[in-house]
This record gives sequence, structure tokens and C-alpha cells, in this order.
Amino acid sequence: MQLVLEAVVLGVLTGGVYALMASGLTLIFGVMRIINVGHGALVILGAYLSFALFRSLHIDPFLTLLVTVPAMFALGVVIQFVFIRPLKMDREALSVLVTYALALGIEGALGYLFTTNYVELRGWYETASFPVFGFYITWVYVFGFVLALVVLGLLFLILYRTPFGGAVRATMLNRTAAQLIGVDVDRVSALAFGVGMATAAAGGVVFGITNAFNPGSHYDLISRLLTIIVLGGLGSLRGAVIAALMMLVTTEVAAVLISPVWASFVFFVILVGVLIVRPQGLYGVRVRERI
Amino acid sequence: MSRTVGLKALGLAMLGVVALLVPVIAPDPATTNVAVFTMMYIGLATAWNIMGGYTGYISLGHAAFFGFGAYSFGLLLNHLGMAPGYGPFFLVPLAGVFAALLAVGIGWVALRTRAATFVIVTIAFMFMLQLLAENLVKVTGGGAGLSLPYPHDWGGDFFNTPYYYAMLALAVLALVVSWWIRRSKFGLGLLAIRDDEDKALAVGVPTRAFKLTAFMISAALVGMIGAVYGYYVTFIYPQFVIDPLIGISMVLMVFLGGLGTLSGPVLGALLLEPAQLQFAYHFGASRLYLVLYSAIFLVVILLMPRGIVPSVVDLWHRRRSGSAAGPTPPARGAGNAIKAASP
Repeated sequence: MQLVLEAVVLGVLTGGVYALMASGLTLIFGVMRIINVGHGALVILGAYLSFALFRSLHIDPFLTLLVTVPAMFALGVVIQFVFIRPLKMDREALSVLVTYALALGIEGALGYLFTTNYVELRGWYETASFPVFGFYITWVYVFGFVLALVVLGLLFLILYRTPFGGAVRATMLNRTAAQLIGVDVDRVSALAFGVGMATAAAGGVVFGITNAFNPGSHYDLISRLLTIIVLGGLGSLRGAVIAALMMLVTTEVAAVLISPVWASFVFFVILVGVLIVRPQGLYGVRVRERI
Repeated sequence: MSRTVGLKALGLAMLGVVALLVPVIAPDPATTNVAVFTMMYIGLATAWNIMGGYTGYISLGHAAFFGFGAYSFGLLLNHLGMAPGYGPFFLVPLAGVFAALLAVGIGWVALRTRAATFVIVTIAFMFMLQLLAENLVKVTGGGAGLSLPYPHDWGGDFFNTPYYYAMLALAVLALVVSWWIRRSKFGLGLLAIRDDEDKALAVGVPTRAFKLTAFMISAALVGMIGAVYGYYVTFIYPQFVIDPLIGISMVLMVFLGGLGTLSGPVLGALLLEPAQLQFAYHFGASRLYLVLYSAIFLVVILLMPRGIVPSVVDLWHRRRSGSAAGPTPPARGAGNAIKAASP
């Protein structure tokens, strides 16, 4: 029981970080109707950027966010401009291939620069812990959770309390109609992609501290993130947050009750179960979709 | 019209002769190895196209069927205590049956979803299968891999030859099936699903049954090819046989050649697979081959989103209509896709 409680707490804390990473992915889908299969690779890229700064300047990994978040935002705007915007036909299908290609390119480049050896970001909070209800929680999970809350809070504030957020939500609801009432959807798309990348950078730092990673780590990550946003309903931020928490809590509990090697499998089983009942996901809207 | 038919038949016959003679013309193992893999991808891309190209349902998880075919075939051989040699080739169709059964299960869930969600669900299923192959250590050997019978009698230059002909046979099978579907009422139904699924349903196309059937056929072909691959490499590991890169490679080949066309996947595989093998051979150690591969990938999609075959056919029609009153340049759609399929 104690172990299960510990697993639930850990699941909620890591779930927050996955919610952060998945929110960028689902935002990009919502605004542009594209699946960014390269999101996992971009999270890993963010982690490696932090790692490079951490290794050369010996600064705290969380401090590197001051550099990596703006850098990744800019990179996101550029990627959207160069690779996504030129896709005129078959957007949904082609964007999958383009972003997959980007993921491969990033994986190859990182492998060339940093080798495929596993690395890890380090800080005092990685090992230091404090007691709660008779078990110990490592500080990094708390910090990661707080970071996720702050960034997600900012994201929701921007989306629901600013004119730009209004434009984003209008584009998500109906691109053509948004264009008709004067929203510059191309600009919104570019900025949304940038915001998505910024969340990837923030998620990357926490991922890098809590996991050893190498350039190939993005496969595992993207399969989890895609599962989360499908479970939550594509394009739904609220769905992504809830699905992330659900997923991580279940896997942590499954790791304790069944076995760690089956934890990820449970993750996918839940997805299949939900899709049988609700093909559109938890918060998705059933629309006429076409590729 | 009969002259073009004759030319086409002649061209096909010549291609067939060349394909049959490859191991005779270039018997050294390095070349036949490339030939085996190229033939393998011709089959894979053609099989993928039956689902992805005709119905428009983009599956990025076909590596699941490839790996499932390889594993089920390997386990079958080991349990039967099959002697290495030509015998195992006759059991390859069983791997296709297993893969088709898996496709029924996966399709039952995945085909409830459409478009983007379908893409993701197929990826999820692929990773599920990879996890199963890793975790069911008692059955699959887990990360330590599964070994298949090794034919010691086939030495030297001859070793690759039986595998080459097996891959060739499967590629031809895939092409014949693809061609037949294309001409049938079933194929027309699949194209209708691609163009507008709801309208297709409204005019009486049994969309669910059609989609599942196409998915099964596609998976069965991929599973059989996976089985021959497993026998060829003799050692299979979860992450190399249920490899996302195999799944995406066949998709890219189809897109390069021309989605939904008959010759497109063949052309895409012929161009890409030898190049990919060369990159991996020269730059594999430095991981730079991934960068190169991704660059080609991006250039292809950004410059030629419709693929080579439709673009060339387009150009051909436009030139002809310049001199005589030819058919109007095809825009994208079912009718034109049929035209594009003929070259």
C-alpha cells in the first residue's frame, strides 16, 4: 500500500512533466492540423542543448532554460516557416513524414556531435530527497512538477487571457473562419509552433535530469507523447494534461504491482481500451476528418 | 492504343528478364545483398501502398507486421525442428496468415479512427508489439534475439540467391495483387474511401469491411516478406525487426514514387534502397547517414509532394495536349489516380 501511494505521488509529479511536453504537441496539432512526430526528438534536442551548456559552463541545468527556451522558440518558428508552411496538399500525411525526417536528422546530428552514449544532466536535487508519509521524494521531481505547473499556467493564461490566445483558439476552432475575421493564421501557426518548441525545451531539461538519454531516446518519448494526446483527444490541451496524469500514474502503479518491464505496455493497453469506447479520445470532438 | 500496350508488355518483359538474371549477371555477395534488400523494399512498398495509397490510411506501424511475420516464422521453424534449406520457404505463406490475423485485431481498433489518429494508433501498436517481443523472453528470447535455422550448404556466391528469388516472388505477388485490386470493384471502393469516406459509405461502399480487407492483404504480404527477411538474417532482435525505420522507409518510397500508383512504389524502392544501403555502409559509424537520409526525405517531400510517377505523367499529358487535343492534365482525384497507375 505504501509502495502504491509512493507510485501514485511519483506518477502525478512525472505526469506533470509529460503534460508539459504533450501540451506543445497537442497545441501544434490543434492550430495546424499536423502531427509533429519530431516532437520527441526536439525534446531530446532541448535536453542536449542544456547538456552542452551545463557541461561547458557548469551552470545549473534549470538555469540553462533561460537560453534554451528562447533558442528553441526561434527554431520552432524557423521549422514552421521552412518545412511546414510549404506543404499545400495532403498536409496531414505529408507533415508526418516531414517531421519524421526532421526527427531522423536531429537524431543523426546529435549522434554525430555527442555520440550515442547515454548522458545525464546533474544537479544537487537529483539525489537529495525529503520524507513524506514514510517514503522519500527526490527534489528534482518536485522542481520538475513546479516548472510544469508554471509553464502550463502561463500557456493557459496566454491562450485564454490575451488577444493572441484568442487568435490561436479561433484558428484551432476553424482556420478558414479565423482567416475571414482577420486573423493572420500563418503568423499564429509559426508562433504556436515556437511555443510548442519552448515547452519541449522546458520538458527536455526535466527529462534530462530524471532520465539518462541518448539521441535515440526520442522514439520511446514520442510514442508516449502521441499516445497521450490521442488518449486526451487531438488538439485538446485539457485532455492532454488529464491523459498525461492518467498514463503516468498507471504506469508507475503497474511498475510496482506487476513489473517495470510491463509498465509501458499497460500504457498502450489503456489507449486501446479507450479507443474502443471513444475513438475520438477523452476530450476530442468527433469531426469529419480527411487526410 | 495497342502500340502502347505492346510497348508496355515489352518493357515489362525486359524488366522481368533483368530481375530474373540479377544473380547471374552480378553474383558477388555484396551486390546480391543489395539486390535482396531492394527486392524486399519493392515488395514492402507495394504492399503498403495497397492500404496507404489506395485508401489513404497512412500506417506508420507496418514494421509491426514485418516483425510479426519474422518472429512467427522463426518460432514455427524452431518448433517444427525444420531443417534449413529450401523447405522453410514453403512455410512462408503461413507467416502471411499470422500477420493477416494480427491485422484483424489491430485493424478492429485502429480502423475506428481516421486520419491523424489512425497514424498515431498504428505507431502505438508497433511499439506495443516491440515491447511484447522484448518482454516475452520465454517465447521470443527477448533482447537476446531469436535464431533461425542456418543453411550451411549454401556457400559463397550462392548464399544470397535463394533469398533473392524468394523476395522476387513476393514482390511479384504484391504487384499482381496490387494490380488486380486496382482494376477491381473492390479497388474502386478503396479509392472512394480515400476521396471521401462518408460519401463512399452513403453510396453503398461497405467501408469497414473494405478497409479491413485492404489492411489484411497489405499486412499478409508484409508479414511474408518479414519471414523471408528473418530467414535471411538468421538472427532477429525486437528493435531491428520491429524497427520504426523499416516502417517509415516503405512509406517514403511510396511517396517518392507516387502514392496510389502501381509503378510508383517500385520506382521509389529502386531509387532509395540502394542509396540507403550505400549511406549506411559509408557513414553508418558516424550516424551521419541519418542526416543524409533525412535530407533526401525532406527534399523529396517539399519539391515533389505527389511523387515522381504522377508528376511525370502530368508532364507527359501536358506536352501531348500541346500538339493534339489530349486529356486534360490530371488534378488529384480517384479518376486521375487510375490514369497515373497505368504507366
